[in-house]
Amino acid sequence: MPPVQILFIIIAAATLGAALMVVTTSNLVHSALWLVVALFGIAVFFILLDAAFLAVAQVVIYIGAIAILMIFAIMLTRKMVKNPSPQFNTNWAWGIVISVVFFAGLFWMLNSWPGVNTSMPALGPNINPVVDLGEALVSPDAYVLPFEVASVLLMAALVGSIFIAWNRK
Amino acid sequence: MIPLSWFLVFSAGLFSIGLFGVLARKNAIAILMGIELMLNSVNINLVAFWRYRGLDGIAGQVFAVIVFAVAAAEVAVGLALFISIYRRRNTIAADEIDLLKW
Repeated sequence: MPPVQILFIIIAAATLGAALMVVTTSNLVHSALWLVVALFGIAVFFILLDAAFLAVAQVVIYIGAIAILMIFAIMLTRKMVKNPSPQFNTNWAWGIVISVVFFAGLFWMLNSWPGVNTSMPALGPNINPVVDLGEALVSPDAYVLPFEVASVLLMAALVGSIFIAWNRK
Repeated sequence: MIPLSWFLVFSAGLFSIGLFGVLARKNAIAILMGIELMLNSVNINLVAFWRYRGLDGIAGQVFAVIVFAVAAAEVAVGLALFISIYRRRNTIAADEIDLLKW
């Protein structure tokens, strides 16, 4: 088995294990830290897929901003509980059933598509995905308009969230 | 060397785990963590299809960048709402925030 496949299996097992710990741990701060581990695993997958900018952006944006924001919000919404209540609501068994059925359905649908076992095409000597991505995001013939709309959306969401969470006392 | 099916099955599994987290957890921030897992699995799917389709265009990666921005915006608004709810009702369990139920 080539070493890339072994690496893929190890990182996939680590990421899925960390994701399972995210959704089952009762301590919420532990859950956020397992989420950081899972996001690091996703960044390694981006590097395996030759998307170098997305791997760095994943670490900086998801781990450095979003996960930190979640930890802040967890710390701002803690109650001093004497006996901590269980972290699952009353319908958790239905949750297991629905996710297992969903995964089985996706697996069956993927296996019935003939193109699912294609191998990775070679990258070519002059192709640089980071340069292509940079040019596509600011070129008027390419994707500058969705890029600018996404940044306006982000600005509106952040101004709105500051206003919502303002302490009016 | 790694067939496309491995990436797709992995992202389907990650999506199902995030789906279980959304459906079965009581704390609202834990639900938000499940949503983040689902968004990351979709990102892996997009970039895997971009890489395996002969690198025609860069639309897969651009889509993933837009998903990054939208996920950040949604987490910010969601957490601001949870902090505001916690200040008023002193709870953040999703089944105790039920003022709009009939």
